Amino acid sequence: MDPSQLLYAKTHEWAFVEEQDGGKVATVGISAFAIEALTDLVYLELPKVGAQTTAGQPFGEIESVKAVSDVYAPVTGEVIAVNEELPNKLESLNDDPYVGGWIARIKITDDSGLANLLDQPAYEKQCQEEG
Amino acid sequence: MTLAKTPLNDWHHAAGGRLVDFGGWEMPVQYSSIIDEHNATRTAAGLFDVSHMARFRFDGPGAGEFLDKLLTRKASVVPMGKIRYSLVCNEEGGILDDVLIYNLGEADQQYFWLVVNAGNREKIAAWIEKHLPAEGVVFTDHTLETAMIAVQGPKAIEAVQPLCDVAIGELKYYSGALGTLCGESALISRTGYTGEDGVEVTVPAAAATAIWDKILENAKPLGGLPCGLGARDTLRLEAAMPLYGHELSESIDPLTAGLAFGVSYDHDFFGKDRIEAARDMAPSVVRVGLTCGDRRVPREHCTIHIGDKQVGEVTSGTFSPTFNKPIAMGYVDPSVATVGTAVEIDIRGKRITAEIAPLPFYTRPRT
Repeated sequence: MDPSQLLYAKTHEWAFVEEQDGGKVATVGISAFAIEALTDLVYLELPKVGAQTTAGQPFGEIESVKAVSDVYAPVTGEVIAVNEELPNKLESLNDDPYVGGWIARIKITDDSGLANLLDQPAYEKQCQEEG
Repeated sequence: MTLAKTPLNDWHHAAGGRLVDFGGWEMPVQYSSIIDEHNATRTAAGLFDVSHMARFRFDGPGAGEFLDKLLTRKASVVPMGKIRYSLVCNEEGGILDDVLIYNLGEADQQYFWLVVNAGNREKIAAWIEKHLPAEGVVFTDHTLETAMIAVQGPKAIEAVQPLCDVAIGELKYYSGALGTLCGESALISRTGYTGEDGVEVTVPAAAATAIWDKILENAKPLGGLPCGLGARDTLRLEAAMPLYGHELSESIDPLTAGLAFGVSYDHDFFGKDRIEAARDMAPSVVRVGLTCGDRRVPREHCTIHIGDKQVGEVTSGTFSPTFNKPIAMGYVDPSVATVGTAVEIDIRGKRITAEIAPLPFYTRPRT
């Protein structure tokens, strides 16, 4: 996944949106910036296949040595696949956040929230401001 | 509120430290990775800025007698050059703070030095002022004019000794000596909060950055790293050292906290009656260790259960870099405090399996 082709939530999740079977499917994960900030990851809770997500609402948890954080759904829809191996290979999130580190695929049922996502230049600007 | 800054604050920013509010001070949580910093301390040397800890000095002919009243251990009998862990309790026997008391100076001019938790500095200073006798004791707060650096780990002494005129290796654990470090007057003490061998140095604030740089320069080739409060917490939890605000509070007495060794009954002190009464009764809760069968980490306030019954609460939890699994401390009902007892911990609404574990989790290998 090319980071420049992704959309980003202000809460640091990414989404790659593509047309599939006449609808839209988003592959989602956590940005390299957020992974770097979390450091020392110890636990990831995936959403369940079939779960409904709402853009901006938590749909998983990620935990580092120091603290636990929610993972927010960047889009509204239904989880159609999850990266089952990822919780046992958390280093994938550090090494390869945009390919091996994907968390879930979500079939978008309401794309009105997509307009709230940032493109890469806008997201990078936000990250620079957060330092 | 403006956060207080230690003399090393600029260094922390320049080194890319992630800074947070800790007890009213802007302190680094980590520079690189908590796990890397933790492991550097266990295997080589970790440097910690602990200047946020409060440093109080007591001079005068009445200092020993006053401190006896203040502390659960008899300060006036601490031999010259020795350091003792002690507690400051209120009249009800609740813990106001856990402290280290040092007996320093020369034979004819001895004074006491008290190191207090950062977040309790004002509370303890007010408690001291309230009870200070009209004469015979001079109490001064030296926190801001000094800096304190903890160098911890099996190679800590090797990193500091070339800079220091005190034979550090000859100082026993929980002893201190006055000397010079990088040509500056310094208090060198064999103390720490990581479960490792090591040294804590107290130096003039103005010299702190130069001294830190020199120690780090020596420590780096040995595998040492600067470490933040994140690693300090994982290290102290593995060593089962209680932390004020977590295991210790005004609603806990020293015996319940498992700190009977920090109380002596040969003198009168605030809270003594209540603590003596508690000594003769079965404790209502017991401080225990917990190991978990999951990678989810129990945190403070997670509840501990057996079946439908809540039997305790977690006070501190973290992921242990040494054991590669979550560990925790908490208070449980005495009936379930036996090592090996299976319990469950509720982490944000989900139960994980856990087991009562012996404390400490980590003891450094003795050579």
